[in-house]
Amino acid sequence: MSVKPGSLGGESGVGEELGVGQDTAFRGDRTDEQALTGATSSPRPSRRGLLAALAILALLVLAPLLGLPSWLVFLFTVAFAKGLVVLGVVLLLRGDLVSFGHGLYYAIGAYAAGLALRAGFPLRDAFPLAVLGALAGAVLASIVGLFLARYRGIFFGMLSTAFSMILYSLLLKLYWLTGGTDGIAVRISSTLGLQPPADLIRLTQYYFVLALVVGSVYLAYRVAASPLGYLMRGINDNEIRVEYMGASVRRAIYRTYVLSGALGGLGGALTAITVGHIAPDLAYWTASGEFVFIALLGGSGSVFAPFVGAGVFELVRNYAQKASPYTWQMLLGSVLLVIILFAPGGLWSVFERLVGRRPTGSAGGPEKRPAKERRWALSSKR
Amino acid sequence: MDQIAIVVLNGIVFASYLFLVSAGLTFIYGVMRILNTAHGSIYGLGAYMGAWLIVRLWPGGSGALPPWTSFLVLLLAGVFIGLVVGPLMERLFIRRVVDRGEVISLILTFALFLILDDVMKLIWGVDPLLADMPYSMLGSIPLAGITYPIYPFLLTIVAGLAALVMWAIINRTRFGKLVTAVIADREISSALGINVPRIYSFAFTLGAILAAVGGAFIAPMSSVVPGISIEVIILSFAVTTIGGLGSVGGAAIGAIMIGLLRAGAVQYVPELDLFVIYALMTLILLIKPRGLFGGVEARRI
Repeated sequence: MSVKPGSLGGESGVGEELGVGQDTAFRGDRTDEQALTGATSSPRPSRRGLLAALAILALLVLAPLLGLPSWLVFLFTVAFAKGLVVLGVVLLLRGDLVSFGHGLYYAIGAYAAGLALRAGFPLRDAFPLAVLGALAGAVLASIVGLFLARYRGIFFGMLSTAFSMILYSLLLKLYWLTGGTDGIAVRISSTLGLQPPADLIRLTQYYFVLALVVGSVYLAYRVAASPLGYLMRGINDNEIRVEYMGASVRRAIYRTYVLSGALGGLGGALTAITVGHIAPDLAYWTASGEFVFIALLGGSGSVFAPFVGAGVFELVRNYAQKASPYTWQMLLGSVLLVIILFAPGGLWSVFERLVGRRPTGSAGGPEKRPAKERRWALSSKR
Repeated sequence: MDQIAIVVLNGIVFASYLFLVSAGLTFIYGVMRILNTAHGSIYGLGAYMGAWLIVRLWPGGSGALPPWTSFLVLLLAGVFIGLVVGPLMERLFIRRVVDRGEVISLILTFALFLILDDVMKLIWGVDPLLADMPYSMLGSIPLAGITYPIYPFLLTIVAGLAALVMWAIINRTRFGKLVTAVIADREISSALGINVPRIYSFAFTLGAILAAVGGAFIAPMSSVVPGISIEVIILSFAVTTIGGLGSVGGAAIGAIMIGLLRAGAVQYVPELDLFVIYALMTLILLIKPRGLFGGVEARRI
């Protein structure tokens, strides 16, 4: 268990304790729900995992060169951008917090980029706009997080939804600023200073987004393996015990939330740049529901899972929407149902089971445990 | 003065609508601890069923049955949908996750919501259903200096009756006593011989009937279109969190607050008509996370 000592002040020891105690001391409190929201697979690197990651990365880099059609390149670019938002949702899920309002950050990132361009932001390049989106997400999350870090369970979800709906109603009605339902066109003039010919623009953006995804995945991976990551898993198990060990649950949640907001803003800005158009729907509650959906589809067992989930989601949606425009939501809903009832660890856990990497914890599987009622409690006010 | 009267009138009408769609939601949550996203879909199904029957029985606004029976038809349409969809949904899906926590049930019902949204398109197509016969039949009256349609008042009466029925069921029947016991402590109730799953079934069906009847009676006021459930559910989330999840009385208060606030906003600052709703929801959640009438829950170790 390699925990960097001292990187989170006095909390690092606690993180280590929790990591070690994960599957023994806290077993008694695990509920079915946690099998879904916090898979127990360890974030420690394994050689096999690293090799698999590198292989996937190589495949993703080479795929467009080996004749992946342009529309699929575009589809995956959007999927990866969404995957970044989902990654943020998953980081919170690991602490048993379901953000049913991440459309807030998705939209704020997108509109930060769009409005900056419209207001005559001098750097019309993709990179500074992506940074701007991430910053907007982080700043907003550092304010909203002050309130949200006190909430758990259904109340966390409801308050997240309320915040995102506030943004939605503003984006919709402040016509002079946002153009209302017409939205805003987002036109960038270059990507990392490159101005590729028209037929290579999509490819450039694909690699640009992929690079940012790789960076974010690495960051998320480091965070999951850091004391903060272990704290979140401890919170998933029993936050009151975490507090009794001397760590601040609220601070851990707050930090994770700000990071999650930054990822959401980044994903929003990248979507805006890629798609070229933004509208208030990005903040609507159905968008937020979609992120939670993808998070569960992929599972929270790995930092790669959100991108697998997003890729599969966009592919399925694309084909289903074409094949049967009136029943594609039904298909999505059915998939979600099956996952909740039969594979709570998401696609990733199915994959792990297939290749025999299934961790010893309780990730995935409709294991029958004695039903235990779990009551949500707000953390005590101090 | 007239303006204020109109705001109050519109507010009450909107509140009636909100109460009808959220009373069942909050009741189900109170009993089962399930936040049912698919509640909006039951509302939509009720609206479609009601509108479809009206269009079928009175094509072009006239039919063999006397027009006043249309209200009966609307009521029956709602009750029918509630009686069919409620138990089915509860038995097949909700029951499986009732012990797995609120968040799981929120996501499961979101899946049901997605499915039912398409079910409506499959059954009734994607063209809007216009069933304004009961609405135009009642006409309008001069009120506060303008002519005000009468039908919205019927909606208020329906909402009032629904509230009364809910109150009577909870406070004056054996089932109500059992429900109160289950709300207070599920395990003890079960130990005392109460058939808790059956209470759950009844409670869920009752909530479903409320939503479907609400949908059926709202159908004549607007055209019934695909996606009708999407806005309803988020509005009723706002109402129920303001009133306190689980409290039917709270839902009434929440509905009146939002109704008046929105009517005022529409009149004076129309750009903010949605904003005020969610701002109020956020504010209440920040000050009283369990809503105005939500209970307190102890921290458990």
